[in-house]
Amino acid sequence: MGDAEIIPIGTRGRPGRGQGSGKPSAASRNLAGARRTPPAKKPPREPVAETAVETAVETAAEPLATVEAPTRAPAYVEERQPAGGIPAGDWLGAFQHAARDLFGDQWEPQLARFLAFLRRRVTGDYVVDEYGFDQEITERFFMAALRPIAQKWFRIEVRGVENIPTEGGALVVSNHSGTIPVDGLMTCVSIHDHTGRFLRPLGADLVFKTPLVSTLARKGGTTLACNEDAERMLRGGELVGVWPEGFKGIGKPYAERYKLQRFGRGGFVSAALRTQVPIIPLSVVGAEEIYPLVANLPSLARVLGLPYLPITPLFPWLGPLGLVPLPSKWLLEFGEPIRTDEFDPGAAEDPMLVFNVTDEVRETIQSTLYSLLMQRQSVFR
Amino acid sequence: MASTSPGGSASRVVLVTGVSRDLGRRSARAIANDPTVARVIGVDVVPPRGDVGDVSFVRADIRNPVIAKVIAKENVDTVVHMSVISTPGSTGGRGTMKELNVIGTMQLLAACQKAPSVQHLVVKSTTTMYGASNRDPAMFTEDMEPRRGARSGYAKDVWEIEGYVRGFARRRPDVRVTTLRCANVIGPHVVSPLTSYFRLPVIPTVLGYDARLQFLHEQDLMDVLIHAVRTDLPGTFNVAGDGILMLSQALRRLKRPTVPMPGFAVGSLGMVLRRARLADFSPEQLGFLTYGRGVDTTRMRRELGFEPAFSTADAFDDFASGLTPTGGRIEALLTAALDQLPPVEETHALTSVGGGRRG
Repeated sequence: MGDAEIIPIGTRGRPGRGQGSGKPSAASRNLAGARRTPPAKKPPREPVAETAVETAVETAAEPLATVEAPTRAPAYVEERQPAGGIPAGDWLGAFQHAARDLFGDQWEPQLARFLAFLRRRVTGDYVVDEYGFDQEITERFFMAALRPIAQKWFRIEVRGVENIPTEGGALVVSNHSGTIPVDGLMTCVSIHDHTGRFLRPLGADLVFKTPLVSTLARKGGTTLACNEDAERMLRGGELVGVWPEGFKGIGKPYAERYKLQRFGRGGFVSAALRTQVPIIPLSVVGAEEIYPLVANLPSLARVLGLPYLPITPLFPWLGPLGLVPLPSKWLLEFGEPIRTDEFDPGAAEDPMLVFNVTDEVRETIQSTLYSLLMQRQSVFR
Repeated sequence: MASTSPGGSASRVVLVTGVSRDLGRRSARAIANDPTVARVIGVDVVPPRGDVGDVSFVRADIRNPVIAKVIAKENVDTVVHMSVISTPGSTGGRGTMKELNVIGTMQLLAACQKAPSVQHLVVKSTTTMYGASNRDPAMFTEDMEPRRGARSGYAKDVWEIEGYVRGFARRRPDVRVTTLRCANVIGPHVVSPLTSYFRLPVIPTVLGYDARLQFLHEQDLMDVLIHAVRTDLPGTFNVAGDGILMLSQALRRLKRPTVPMPGFAVGSLGMVLRRARLADFSPEQLGFLTYGRGVDTTRMRRELGFEPAFSTADAFDDFASGLTPTGGRIEALLTAALDQLPPVEETHALTSVGGGRRG
């Protein structure tokens, strides 16, 4: 045991590739020869040189160095101020040109307006509503960022926009799919672009527990999916969006695509009945294919506190690239509004009626989904 | 008794607890200036630091049956209970704090129940009672209960105190009991865990969360107390200024630099700050700064008939005006750039809408 062989790690400070011979490989000798050895490097090397190998390298490099040295221009550093040579007039001209390119001919007021907007944001001089909805940021940033995805990537086709009331409270009820709630975001953008109204989504409590997501959700107008908030928003005349399938819908395997899951406990119907607002069924086709969920890791999901942990053909195998959704073709169809003001106000206390209306909404969405699937040419067209 | 007028209207005797602290003392003084009030008796274990004006101070511990004698002797008809302490820092430990809050309230209510002269009880409660979590509805109404019952701390104390107050209201149905659940009180003179947090030169925030905040200006707190003493309206009312400020928005208005850090780091930093007596980060305050809280004030407006003079944003700006900004460089830069450009009126469609929508 005492004379165990010591296997060296690395080159023990000698040049070479660690094969123990201490002799540089042919490849490294070639490299040394081809490279111009700067003369400044030479003096510090000499005291260290002790082996024959070192001198071999030196001799190999020597002829080159001696040839090169006289022809080489002396190296010096000149202190240059960055852009010091450009006169101020040119700067101004370039700036004005850039501003004109960016903001058009009326660039001065445009720029001033933009800077004033920035200053208002920086000083906190803006208003959010009681749910934390920041309309300015939503319109200028969130919508602007999502719009190209909706129009170019998913090529969303919207039908039945006339079923969305132009004002007053209404409850949009949609199917839920796609592993990540992209369908919610796309619905928000589509509704805003077609009607000018903001959809106020109701999100699960996990949304508000997750860092960053919670901030963005609140700013984008989401609030917690509970009866109190839903009724308050509907009474306030907002257009509220709800996905009653919840995690059961969004996290269902690809094989069960377009099969509606249980519609919660019908809480959304009782909220609509109490506030007497119409229910607008929305069927989304295309979201099922963006991240085909082929497997699930329930035990790891439980450890992480998630409702499911998806495995798709691309995720997690391709890492962040696997998060790019497949470019399926989307169809959004808003159905005929289901009126709730015909029922008397106490109808929400009648569970049988609530279940019946829930089933009606569910059937409508399911049959619309089937007819949309029939009309669709293929997943990606 | 300078405020005593010869007319029969000034006949009420008001007992105010918790006058040693600034807000209690000033509220007592404000109540003493009310024309219908003949006499105000301030009670606390330690004498108040500042000027109490017309308030007669009685040194008594509300945890002690002595308080019953004070009420009987002075023929008190209105009791304003303000002695609910929100932070253990000033009193010397959580045990003492709980003792003062819960046992003090029990003793006071027991004394009130025995005193036939007591006609009106006003309890200054707080919206902290509702807690703060990710399962909260956007706006709490008075009928809602906290989603996650508080297991410790101030919120639990307040929950228990309100329970005893409800019990008292059941046993003495002839007494009008008004419970005011006030949002976080803010103002240039307020010293509270929240104001000391905002007074830090560099403010830690919880990464990835933005709390919705509501404030009540200190002046409005006094006004609502006087309003509650003057009017005979039993019930529980949320009291808060109009509108909502996001925490990020509030900090931008303060012009102070912020350091976002994960929740557990803020918690442990809070422990350090508490030991250094710079700020008090109780777990419920950390929850508040993470999730925030909003309360519905419809009942305050409709039934109580009280309208705060300061909105949430105004109250916060009044508080912020007294602080020296430690940041705000970007704003100065933008202002300098804007000075070079022709002035524009910002009548963009986006900026005018969305404001002032309230429930």
